[in-house]
Amino acid sequence: MTERLVLCCGTPGRGDDGVGPAVAARLRAMAVPGLRVEAIPGEATALLAALEAHADVVLVDAALSGAAPGTVRVIDCGAGETVPVGRTASSHGFGVAEAIGLARALGSLPARCRIYAIEAEDFTIGGSLSPAVAAAAARVAAEIAAA
Amino acid sequence: MADRTPKRRTIDVDVLARVEGEGALQLVIDGDQLRRCELSIFEPPRFFEALLRGRSYLEAPDITARICGICPVAYQMSAVHAMEDALGIAIPEPIRLLRRLLYCGEWIESHGLHIYLLHAPDFLGYEGGVEMAKDHPEAVKRGLALKKAGNDIVRCIGGREIHPINVRVGGFWRTPRRAELGTLVPTLSRARDLALETVRFVGAFDFPDVTRDYEFVALGGAGEYPFNEGRVLSSRGLDIPPRDYERHFAETHVRHSNALHSHRIGAGAYLTGPLARYSLNSRLLSPLARQAAADAGIGDTCHNPFRSIVVRAVEVLYALDEALRVIDAYQEPEAPFVEAPTRSGTGYACTEAPRGMLYHRYRLAEDGTIEEAKIVPPTSQNQPSIEDDLRAFVPAWLHLPDDALRHRAEHAVRNHDPCISCATHFLRLEVQRG
Repeated sequence: MTERLVLCCGTPGRGDDGVGPAVAARLRAMAVPGLRVEAIPGEATALLAALEAHADVVLVDAALSGAAPGTVRVIDCGAGETVPVGRTASSHGFGVAEAIGLARALGSLPARCRIYAIEAEDFTIGGSLSPAVAAAAARVAAEIAAA
Repeated sequence: MADRTPKRRTIDVDVLARVEGEGALQLVIDGDQLRRCELSIFEPPRFFEALLRGRSYLEAPDITARICGICPVAYQMSAVHAMEDALGIAIPEPIRLLRRLLYCGEWIESHGLHIYLLHAPDFLGYEGGVEMAKDHPEAVKRGLALKKAGNDIVRCIGGREIHPINVRVGGFWRTPRRAELGTLVPTLSRARDLALETVRFVGAFDFPDVTRDYEFVALGGAGEYPFNEGRVLSSRGLDIPPRDYERHFAETHVRHSNALHSHRIGAGAYLTGPLARYSLNSRLLSPLARQAAADAGIGDTCHNPFRSIVVRAVEVLYALDEALRVIDAYQEPEAPFVEAPTRSGTGYACTEAPRGMLYHRYRLAEDGTIEEAKIVPPTSQNQPSIEDDLRAFVPAWLHLPDDALRHRAEHAVRNHDPCISCATHFLRLEVQRG
């Protein structure tokens, strides 16, 4: 079985930016065979290195697109879909969108690469997940585990 | 009679916010005259100064690190050195070397990112690093490999690559074993080769033939290329200890920017950062870095801001050379940190962030509680000089169409790697014609 890497981006304690780590925690608790789960800040260089080294990658990150909080958008990068730059709400200026764009330009995008972009509501420092986003984290974790 | 009112062009460049650095640029042009040039930066370090009041001196490095996701080490280093100045702590040589090594990591990370993904696209005619990667994949891979080598250093010593958690007043919470640092050597040796290629790569770009008569300000006089130590020197003869910084430099509020503007009292705008560090300390670079600079056409000093990309590449090469030297010389300290009783007093420090000198001052109560904090980041110090660059260069570009003029102006701003350059993809241009 090919190992599937799940990269959960974000920083706990920054409100809904912690949704990635929250999904990671749920997936780890499920102990799904063949699934490797990593919680990372979302820095582009580290993401690129991970993308290069795996054929099947799932990314989870908070997003801001104007949709209702907790809305989950799945972007199938492996099928050619692009990530809107500036829409993802990573806590760094050079994050998921840039990493995907660079990996595609450099020919190192994994054959299977999907992003779960979870619409965020609040990024208050010291804050926890808003209810809609916490519920979305549970749904996304279950969907990834079942895929 | 023909209308002789000059045609007015207003070029606004707004930056949509992300976390690090929010800024905007406005040029107002009447006919062939540049009437106004304003760079606005909305970076809010003053909130941190207030946030620090009432906190323990031990918390300053971790709190101030959060000011910047690209150069957290700089904030940590200025914070711990200022606290050690206040408490009379002298750090042993292995700790000093480890801090130098940690700073090397940050310079490599920050400069590597700026050179390849933020600044090189300006020279090669691309909107950004992603577009450039399609035509120059090997160059971008080189930049990413350099960034990763810097990350490896910061993670090894600091615990993680962004906002490291291992820096402590008096030293580190935990110091690495020699063998742990040894694992970095193969990566850093390869990265040093890539850094040499980088100097050659950027040295071959086309540069506008311009210079400015900057007053350069950087640390120096410590017998080594500066990171954490030295006196504050200027190219016009200033030579002071960091504790005298506020006697010679002042910040003033300007209407168009949330960041204060710094100037040297009685002198005016000055420049800190790679051009200043290099021009005041180039003889202290390693032989490899000096030779690479000479081969790339950079003399002992550099007054052309467009060539700052070459100087950054030389600093990356030096940082890798220095990192390997430090790892070879490192002896594990007896204790990871030096402790001293708290006391009331004031501590001062300047260190060299990738973008330039970073000044911290803290006043402590008897029990080590921070009563007052002052932080002067490099972008605030460079802002007047960046505007002066535009005032000096834009008149020669006024014949250009708005798009080309906007690009040249943005390029000139990015020469100094202010925090807003990390938002290279989020610029919006508005042109209003009279």
